[in-house]
Amino acid sequence: MHVTIPYVVGALLFGLGVYGVVRRRNAILVLMAVELMLNAVNLILVTADVSLRSALRAVPGEAWATPNSQAGSGGVFALFVIVLAAAEVGVGLAIVLQYYRMRKAVAIDEVPLAEAENEQVRG
Amino acid sequence: MTVADILLLALGAVAVGAGALVVSSTHLVRSGLYLVVSLGAIAGLYLVLGAELVAWVQVLVYVGAVVVLLLFAVMLTRAPIGPSTDLDRPPGPSALIGAGVGLGLAALFVDAFRWIEFPRADPGTAEQVGREVFGTWVLPFEVLSILLLSALVGAIVLSRPDLGARPAPPAAEEGSGEQEAEVPA
Repeated sequence: MHVTIPYVVGALLFGLGVYGVVRRRNAILVLMAVELMLNAVNLILVTADVSLRSALRAVPGEAWATPNSQAGSGGVFALFVIVLAAAEVGVGLAIVLQYYRMRKAVAIDEVPLAEAENEQVRG
Repeated sequence: MTVADILLLALGAVAVGAGALVVSSTHLVRSGLYLVVSLGAIAGLYLVLGAELVAWVQVLVYVGAVVVLLLFAVMLTRAPIGPSTDLDRPPGPSALIGAGVGLGLAALFVDAFRWIEFPRADPGTAEQVGREVFGTWVLPFEVLSILLLSALVGAIVLSRPDLGARPAPPAAEEGSGEQEAEVPA
């Protein structure tokens, strides 16, 4: 198994995610691009679990290489990142919906960063 | 080229192609559905790489929950059905940044791993992953549970109009009649 293939796929997906985050104006599409980036990182973690574990097995006497040589820590990290992504998308969508309720818009490059004086924020 | 390589190539092509459509489609809903295709192909990649539990969790959590949540948000913000013209900024700088990051990282990985043949990973069972989570990584696991709880509470507080330190909402808001006695604006 040539692990270069999933590594390159992960790198390209991360690049696509960066492109989407920079290019998209709609907040929900930005969140989708962020999901793409998180998935690229997950893919790289799982691939590293395959490739580096089998490479480290030949290294003798390294304490950081041996204790987890059997099971996949990369998979566990990927699970943690999935949980983080779920929490992130929950809070992010709550923010987006609240902003939509206030302004009737989801374009993130029109968000006023400084609150205007006469404008009242309503829930 | 073994069967695993061919599977990796095919699933990777599907994932990258669908990902490109996610960030370039002009239909909001189609973008979400292409995200399903991309995440499903990545779950297939996990299966080929031997991380079986991660693959099924990916299908359950991402395709089952996150994408549904995103599509709900698309509907709740009254997105138009047809193509939208104002979804994108001019593509020049973002294409430069995205291509730079993606191709740079890809070149780094190709340079680091070359075309080395690695032994096929034995498929990890859920038992192994469980022993790992509750043995070595039990502290991050507990911290994550607290984070998930706080994110849940935060999302509820953010999305309820009658909570928080805002000026008093107008009486027409749903459910605010009984709350106004307890929440003194």
